[in-house]
Amino acid sequence: MKVLTAMSGGVDSSLAAARMVDAGHEVTGVHLALSKSASVPGSRGCCTLDDARDARRVADRLDIPFYVWDLSEQFAVDVMENFLDEYRHGNTPNPCLRCNERIKFLALLDRALALGFDAVATGHYAIVSDGPYGKELHRAVDPQKDQSYVLGVLEGWQLEHSLFPLGGDLKEQVRAEAEWRGLMTARKPDSHDICFIPDGDTAAFLRRRLGEQPGEVIDVTTGAVIAEHDGAFGFTIGQRRGLDLRVPADDGRPRYVVDIDVHSHRVFVGPPALLDIDQIIGIRPTWTNQALTDQPKACTAQVRAHGEPVAATARFDGEHLIVELQQAIRGLANGQAVVLYEGSRVLGSATVERTRRVVTS
Amino acid sequence: MLPAVRQRWLEVSDLVGNPSSLHDSGRRVRRIVEEARESIAADLYTRPSAVIFTSGGTEADNLAVKGLFWAGEGAGSTGVISSAIEHHAVLDPVQWLAEHESAKVMWAPVDELGRIELAPIEARLALGDVALCTVMWANNEVGTVQPVGELARMCRAFGVPFHTDAVQVLGQLHMDLSELGATAVTISGHKVGGPFGVGALVIDPDVKPIPVLHGGGHEREVRSGTLDAAGISAFAVAVHESVMQQVHFASRVRLLRNELVMRVLDAVPSAHLNGDPDLQGNGRLPANAHFTFDGCEGDALLLLLDAAGVDCSTGSACTAGIPEPSHVLLAMGAEPQASRGSLRFSLGRDTTAADIDRLLDALPGAVERATRAGSVRSRA
Repeated sequence: MKVLTAMSGGVDSSLAAARMVDAGHEVTGVHLALSKSASVPGSRGCCTLDDARDARRVADRLDIPFYVWDLSEQFAVDVMENFLDEYRHGNTPNPCLRCNERIKFLALLDRALALGFDAVATGHYAIVSDGPYGKELHRAVDPQKDQSYVLGVLEGWQLEHSLFPLGGDLKEQVRAEAEWRGLMTARKPDSHDICFIPDGDTAAFLRRRLGEQPGEVIDVTTGAVIAEHDGAFGFTIGQRRGLDLRVPADDGRPRYVVDIDVHSHRVFVGPPALLDIDQIIGIRPTWTNQALTDQPKACTAQVRAHGEPVAATARFDGEHLIVELQQAIRGLANGQAVVLYEGSRVLGSATVERTRRVVTS
Repeated sequence: MLPAVRQRWLEVSDLVGNPSSLHDSGRRVRRIVEEARESIAADLYTRPSAVIFTSGGTEADNLAVKGLFWAGEGAGSTGVISSAIEHHAVLDPVQWLAEHESAKVMWAPVDELGRIELAPIEARLALGDVALCTVMWANNEVGTVQPVGELARMCRAFGVPFHTDAVQVLGQLHMDLSELGATAVTISGHKVGGPFGVGALVIDPDVKPIPVLHGGGHEREVRSGTLDAAGISAFAVAVHESVMQQVHFASRVRLLRNELVMRVLDAVPSAHLNGDPDLQGNGRLPANAHFTFDGCEGDALLLLLDAAGVDCSTGSACTAGIPEPSHVLLAMGAEPQASRGSLRFSLGRDTTAADIDRLLDALPGAVERATRAGSVRSRA
């Protein structure tokens, strides 16, 4: 097969490329330049100048053609602008998932297919297998690294052309094999954070891009204004630390962000019980193979990249995905993604539009 | 590298001695450097004392631009005239002088063929206060030859130093520097089958640019740095070969280039030739062909042609290796998108008709594919 390997310059995609070469594929490496400010020193994300160089040196070593493709404009619109827009609307988006959905497995995959490649390979930890209804997406073997959640937005046609050579490995095996093969990225630390917020300070990034929008912090139990803030987007549902509340709660217990109203710029804090939700209403559903129907289906639901899956039933009424959770989960912000599984297999995903609280104030 | 060039390089690299030393072995190496200087001067119709060896075209351009600007600034002039289509080795030093020093730059416009317009330059010269005018002899991307003779005459009339980057021209066009009458001319070895990392600034011995590299003052107190005798000597062989072969090479490569252009325009409906369309005249470098393919992704086309064994270039790449829209095409009035779907094909002394067949086998399909890749943006 002709395989295009997305090479970030990290150990995972380096080894993925090496394995594709070993498998006898005709492999071409591509590094995606996602940010115009790629040379900002101190960046820890996946798109620095050093990373481009590392990717190139691995490609040299594997003796495969290598190119840098500038997808920064699409990334700016589809991921960064979307990220800001979601915050403007009071949601908490997941940009990595969005990047997979719009950039790696759409813009890149489309371009690869148009150029005559058969598949795109990446260093993601997930397993693609054949099933009765086409390709299936499963959890990776390494539970610490499993990335099926951030790939949960992929649909059948994308999985048909996606290769994840590391889905059956443990991370330490990947590092050991990279070391053994002499890949210069073997000991590179894993990337964390959002790649376009290299210092990891999301609140400061949002303040710079969205401007200050001062508002009140309100205690939902008393209705009293207990503090001021300079931007509601600096808060996340479920946040406890850094609230800087000067008035103690009546019961002396810690308070959490339980609601955010972006229109009035008000942030509501209250006891943690208010964070418990037992129903999720999702929009923009994606299906790995088959769409759910209005008949409730037993499954598990996961709402964070490394969160615990929760037993649930889910149905799709043609517009909304309705997920009834069998046990409450705490602190789910709108805009996050819910991914449904049956066993290890991904059924589909949706964006959280609203949730139902177990108790109301 | 040409075989004769490599042979000379190997011979001289065996010799011991620093050409700036005064002992016997130093003198022997010095003699080789001076013979190279005389050889280059003779080939280009100039004086040996005009030839200052450098580490290549970029250094020679920096020395000319900064050195002549600083000299002029010392005499009270801060104006710089340049063009928007210069190679980065000129463009960037000029920009740097504007941003970090007192330079007031006029970027002379070019027409849609990439040729500089003389009238605005003459008007600027007439205003006075110009330290330097620098315009390339021929553009490296679209191959348009500039009216450097006119520019040199105009500048002389106003007493302004004129520099031209001739890296692209050596071996392709007839080069008579005494007839040209420029103050300073940049040449480089790697474009004429010489070693990489050697070049020269041919500069009027009566003009004293302020040095960029300070040190031992090895080259006429203008350029410091231990001389690479093997590289310089091999460079001189390459210059000589290219000048001796120029008429024959230009005629032969023009014939092949014209065949390439006709066949590409014939086989690919979306192709446009950029630069001077007169393929028989002297307004275009004989080895240059440069096309825009409407609606086509340059990155994708490069990948497909690379896979088919055709080396071509989409202009310059940034440090990370991202191809950037060409500043030359933008200055000629192209849209950024069109500029991304553009490719240069350069022919060399080893290019054959079979290479053109191979290109034409691959090109139509590659353009078609890359156009499809350019049109897939994102599905809803």
